Amino acid sequence: MFGWEFPPHIAGGLGTACEGIVKGLAHNGVGVLFVMPSASGDEDQSCAKIINASDVAVRNVSETVEEFINKVKFINVDSSLVPYVEPSEYFSAIEKMKKENVRETSVGFGQKFKFSGKYGANLLEEVSRYAQVGGTIAMQYNDEFDLIHAHDWMTYPAGIAAKELTGKPLVVHVHATSFDRGSDDMVDSRVYAIEKHGMEAADRVVTVSDLTRNIVINKYGIDPRKVVTVHNAVDFSGRDDIHVERGVRDKVVTFLGRITFQKGPEYFIEAAAKVLKRTKNVRFVMAGSGDMMDRAIRQVARLGISDRFHFTGFLRGKEVQKMFALSDVYIMPSVSEPFGISPLEAMRSNVPAIISHQSGAAEVLKYALKVDFWDVDAMADDIYALLQYPALARFATKQGYDEVNELKWNGATAKLKKVYESVVKQ
Amino acid sequence: MKKSVCLYFQVHQPSRLRLYRFFDIGKDSHYYDDFANRTILKRIAQKCYLPMNELLLEQIKKCKGKLKIAFSISGSALEQFDRYAPEVTESFRKLAETGKVEFLCETYNHSLSSLASKQEFENQVLRHKAAIEHYFGMTPKTFRNTELIYSDNIGKEVYDLGFKTMLTEGARHIMGWMSPNYLYNNEFKSGLKILLRNYSLSDDIAFRFSNKAWSEWPLTAEKYVGWLKGSDGELVNLFMDYETFGEHQSADCGIFDFMRAFTELVAKDDELEFVTPSRAAAKHRSVGEISVPEPISWADEERDLSAWLGNELQQDAFHKLYALEEKLSLADDEALWADYGHLQESDHFYYMCTKFFSDGEVHSRFNPYATPYEAFINYMNVLGDFSIRLDNAIAEKTV
Repeated sequence: MFGWEFPPHIAGGLGTACEGIVKGLAHNGVGVLFVMPSASGDEDQSCAKIINASDVAVRNVSETVEEFINKVKFINVDSSLVPYVEPSEYFSAIEKMKKENVRETSVGFGQKFKFSGKYGANLLEEVSRYAQVGGTIAMQYNDEFDLIHAHDWMTYPAGIAAKELTGKPLVVHVHATSFDRGSDDMVDSRVYAIEKHGMEAADRVVTVSDLTRNIVINKYGIDPRKVVTVHNAVDFSGRDDIHVERGVRDKVVTFLGRITFQKGPEYFIEAAAKVLKRTKNVRFVMAGSGDMMDRAIRQVARLGISDRFHFTGFLRGKEVQKMFALSDVYIMPSVSEPFGISPLEAMRSNVPAIISHQSGAAEVLKYALKVDFWDVDAMADDIYALLQYPALARFATKQGYDEVNELKWNGATAKLKKVYESVVKQ
Repeated sequence: MKKSVCLYFQVHQPSRLRLYRFFDIGKDSHYYDDFANRTILKRIAQKCYLPMNELLLEQIKKCKGKLKIAFSISGSALEQFDRYAPEVTESFRKLAETGKVEFLCETYNHSLSSLASKQEFENQVLRHKAAIEHYFGMTPKTFRNTELIYSDNIGKEVYDLGFKTMLTEGARHIMGWMSPNYLYNNEFKSGLKILLRNYSLSDDIAFRFSNKAWSEWPLTAEKYVGWLKGSDGELVNLFMDYETFGEHQSADCGIFDFMRAFTELVAKDDELEFVTPSRAAAKHRSVGEISVPEPISWADEERDLSAWLGNELQQDAFHKLYALEEKLSLADDEALWADYGHLQESDHFYYMCTKFFSDGEVHSRFNPYATPYEAFINYMNVLGDFSIRLDNAIAEKTV
């Protein structure tokens, strides 16, 4: 299994999901060799053997070198292509490369790569190197696995290389697509190409929701017969309930996530303004950071609700749980959300959740309130109702708590195992 | 003595609420989705009420008075007929004029008041009784409660209101070894006769008729009459929603032809005869009392109240609504009473049911809301405005 990160050192939800999948598979009797670019050694290895790609030398397997290069050629992306960076960084990256005179093809075999395992400026370069190392690892461990499973586009080239070199079936797991990261006209074409290639090369494409499945089918042109939805789950074991003294007597409505276009922060602010026109004893919190934060602050000021609308900045670890403990309503108005695990965390913290229909989580959460992200009237109405009608809040809280406790990885991975069996048998 | 066949049809249409946001509270006190109510009523009138009334009228004439039927038409439905399709009231009136049709009494708004307040229940019953007298010129003697809800205590209240016969469900869990095909009487008041629905034979028509996966499909009148004859007891009570004919079971599955053939066969038969509920109560002797300590209904597999009062949302909305009763008597405002009645319709609570959250197929067919949450929020917003109006009306009066 090729991943990009694994707890405890994670930047996003992907690592957490991978851990859940690996543990769930172990429960279902499936062993996993987990390959990641940069392991720290403190990962929980009780369920899977973790292979650190940074420790693996790219072997010079003479008889297959030509073959290897031919087959993995497509992943040799020019390393000056750097996504998600400011122009200044871009130029300094190029300057640095010119100085060091690094070229992809000059990388010799027998050399170890040091991966950062982050999502930085030379991400694409790392992705392509990861593919080469991935191929080598696949050859080394050829006798130990039956199937290759790759998580999100960063690992698809590694998955393809491994498939080409071993002939074993490939499953790619789509946790997010380019269309969830930017708006339709801002899609990174290089990432899109890698994603599409990975999905085409795969024997099965696993998506985290039907919403994502539809994107894979319609926007990547993948044959629906090989695309299977396995909804995410969540692991709450070993988590303590936090009790926090409240500083304010007002009710608190919370948005928690990156403040980016995809998460729909402006719809939340508009709904908040509508609710505040009607009732005063409520406060709104936007927890997180992101490229739309400044715009969000300006919007709040323009609407004249800044005395009731608060920004916390980025929260981590226990702060997240503390924020949930302080909240009466959680809201996720995402414009496009492949799954969205945080409403599950809110519900687990006894906070009723309002989520958009445009999220994968809406497909599995019966007891969350659901609205269209653009329908700020409905959103305002739901917020108001949860604050004003205690029976509704009690019901949604209690049923929601029970519901998310039932969404276990063991069930999701049982479905994943069936997907495996369908391709291994072939 | 011929075996009795008692046909009774329920006619009701709810006052569906419009999308009522909290911004509307205190600003706009029109609560109803007039467009949906009109469209749905007109559709059902064309597909069911008008053609089926005409069919029954023809059959009553053709069978020379041997076909007898009973209807219960809620006040909410009568109001909608007046507003959107007065020809429906007219066609029911023609049926009334044959003298072969009994009109039953129920709660005016198809409400759950029997479970909430003795006083409001009485109001609702008397209001409906007056409406039936007004529309059809006859005083109802038989009572059927909303959704056939019944308990020993409700029966006693109904008897005290002057009724001699009452209808309910032959629910398996209260019947035990007993058959619904006999006449029974109330646990406390032997003067109140109880007719029990034969759910199996009723549902053969109401639910299974067009189901091609059913082993008995297609159901012919001959086969069905054979089942009636073959059943035990003295009396078969076939109670169903009137919308069965042409709406739930569409015309092209042959339901109208079936009813035509079925009514003629029974009318001609030596062993069977149609009776109205009042006639059944007079003709048969009670075989004993039936004990129903907890309320039953004809809904769902459970035959209890869980479709309306099964979850906390429903219970909260229900209690909040009936908590306003005392204030309402102080306000004494006709428009408020009318809205109070419409807000009592059991349908509003049914929409909040979470029993079938996952496979809401049956429920969703009759449900304008996508989720029970939406139903609850919308209802509570309306109720919020209603309470403000109520408080204002009381304040004005005391000034």
